[in-house]
Amino acid sequence: MRPLKHLFGITDLDSEQIKYLVNLGHSFIDINRRSIKKAPTLRGKTIINLFFENSTRTRTSFELAGKRLSADVINISASTSATKKGESLLDTGMTLAAMQPHILVIRHSIAGTCEFLAEHLGDTSIVNAGDGAHEHPTQILTDLLTLKQTWDSMEDKVITIVGDIAHSRVARSHLIAAKKLGYKMRVVAPKTLLPSDIERYGCEVYHDFDAALPGSDAVYMLRMQTERMTDNCSIPSIREYHEAYGLNRARLNAAGSDTLVLHPGPMNRGVEIATDVADSVNSHVLSQVEHGVAIRMAVLAALCGGNDAEEISPKRNRRTKREMEEDAMKSKEGFWS
Amino acid sequence: MSISLLIKGGRVIDPANAIDEVCDLWIEDGHIAGIGAFDGVAESTIDATGKIVSPGLIDMHVHLREPGQEWKEDIESGSRAAVAGGITTMCCMPNTGPHIDHAGIARQIIERSNQVGLCNVLPIGAVTKNLDGKELTEMRELSRAGCVAFSDDGMPIWHAGVMRKALEYSSSFDYMIIQHAEEKQLTGDGCINEGWISTQLGVTGMPVEGEDSMIARDIMLTRRANARYHVAHISSFGGVAMVRAAQAEGLKVSTEAAPHHFALTEDEVLGYNVDAKMSPPLRTEADRLAVIEGLRDGTIEVIATDHAPHHDDDKRCGLSCAAFGIVGLETMLPVSLDLVRNDVLTMSDLIAKMTCNPARLLNLDAGTLSISSAADITLFDPEETWIVDRNKLVSKGKNTPWHGREMTGKVNYTLKGGNIVFNATASIAEEG
Repeated sequence: MRPLKHLFGITDLDSEQIKYLVNLGHSFIDINRRSIKKAPTLRGKTIINLFFENSTRTRTSFELAGKRLSADVINISASTSATKKGESLLDTGMTLAAMQPHILVIRHSIAGTCEFLAEHLGDTSIVNAGDGAHEHPTQILTDLLTLKQTWDSMEDKVITIVGDIAHSRVARSHLIAAKKLGYKMRVVAPKTLLPSDIERYGCEVYHDFDAALPGSDAVYMLRMQTERMTDNCSIPSIREYHEAYGLNRARLNAAGSDTLVLHPGPMNRGVEIATDVADSVNSHVLSQVEHGVAIRMAVLAALCGGNDAEEISPKRNRRTKREMEEDAMKSKEGFWS
Repeated sequence: MSISLLIKGGRVIDPANAIDEVCDLWIEDGHIAGIGAFDGVAESTIDATGKIVSPGLIDMHVHLREPGQEWKEDIESGSRAAVAGGITTMCCMPNTGPHIDHAGIARQIIERSNQVGLCNVLPIGAVTKNLDGKELTEMRELSRAGCVAFSDDGMPIWHAGVMRKALEYSSSFDYMIIQHAEEKQLTGDGCINEGWISTQLGVTGMPVEGEDSMIARDIMLTRRANARYHVAHISSFGGVAMVRAAQAEGLKVSTEAAPHHFALTEDEVLGYNVDAKMSPPLRTEADRLAVIEGLRDGTIEVIATDHAPHHDDDKRCGLSCAAFGIVGLETMLPVSLDLVRNDVLTMSDLIAKMTCNPARLLNLDAGTLSISSAADITLFDPEETWIVDRNKLVSKGKNTPWHGREMTGKVNYTLKGGNIVFNATASIAEEG
């Protein structure tokens, strides 16, 4: 497999790498369920989580992932407005890189931030934790791990994604992954919430949610950023949005009893998803959160493994890398091949 | 006969006088003294064998940043960049600090450019005070101070009522309004052309209708006012079609194209290339071809760069926060020469779009090789190749999309008023 230096987006991964990371994530699920949630994989590694946008689950899961693998983890929350006043994004990045972390995990509202910083930050590996409306690769790997728990194969499965596609990095990353892995995407939104030429991803485009439901193996609801949407005339009201695009019990029934419900969080209950659906057996929302930690462990381990170690315990690192590969091989046989 | 400078044996092209022949051109007292076969003594001689001798180029759309943002460019560095690109006359846009919205600033710019003495700098006055689209500037006063046209470039005149009044008032005195045609209510905080590329990059796009709708509105207002209206840096299929139709109708509507809009498409932005970000943005191949067709059939009479130098600090951030604009003075000629190589234009027609055509639109005494006119001359080799190196650009702005690319066509000498203001060989020697 091509070694990973950075993780900017699903765009940069081939199907083999995607499966490798999902398999590796699968092998880490168990650690998170033990009473002592610690493995030595990343001992001696430094990880900085640099979040310019608010985040609860993504930041927490990156932090837990690093800590449970024994890395030293630092969290920095910087609001974009604060950095605008003073230090530039580039200077912040170069400053932190000068402290020699192994990995910088970055979330920023500007699309392309990771690619831009990587040009200037030398050897530091960069993980994209969400950049503008561009990509959110660890979310998609998380979703794939979740779906693979239920489905034997991704091939020809239909995922219907609903909501503010225009501003969604999750939607874009899924559309890219779908092509690489052979699953099908339906996007559902009014035209005001769709970006130009979306059909060029090879997806089916619907404005009528009900028409998109039959044959959907999973329904993926996106968070409606209500404050933004009504202000710029993208939707007339939350009430009408829920009526047209909310996932309620009747719609879930129309999709089918086996249909999985996903949501990247945070959910707006009563807006894009009805409470009874969010809490139904079809809902895998909390599995996504759990798997998010495992996937981020996998990503961090894969990036550090690729760098190997020159400092402290080379033996430890060699063993760890082998362990990781064994884990991946093991899961390859049983999970996703 | 004894003269000061002889340019010997070049292909002399002067579109205004329908001259295109291999001959000599000689200069006396800073003016063009003769074209033909020279028989006499010259104090100095430039051998122009194999080169083209054209009127000094005119660039009617430049941002010089002085006063106000001298770290990006100033009149001296901009003038040096201009003459390195064969340009001897340029018009500078009023979005300086303070703006060119009163006569003092216009006079200051002209005075400073005269001190520098390399390139004629002719200010474009603001249409509205502070470029805020509300109150008209004192256009007669600005005109007397040397402004050759009026524009709020960078800031579109968005208010239809103000635009109507601006067209009516300016045309009462035969002034031309140059519009940066962009309906900001449509383009919003977009940063590149809206379409498949902006969707893939996950950035907000600027729909082409932002340009088209404002051109459509302005043409209607121009018709009512019987005004002179010029669309700056036209970039869209629809815009070119509307200007063509307006001209066919007999309206005084003209337009210019920037080299990047006929040489590049939005694909350049892939990979978040901030040096391919400008407004109007690079658009689709269909738009690019429409601009080329407009140049070919004469709808687009002028090539102008929209030279917009920025400091690296303004560009070295993500695509969506990087400043709009690229430099263009030093690459205008070689990029435009592709139009000749691709049989879009004859060499003479191309040169006309960078000399006598803008001069005619702006009523300038420039852009020709007429006997006794000022000896502003560009001498270039249309075949010589060179590689663009951003670090070697003369302009303070290094924001070029052509970094690392090969150019065909090189300016050898630029003369202003008979003086050599740029000599490529000398500049190489200096560098060495």
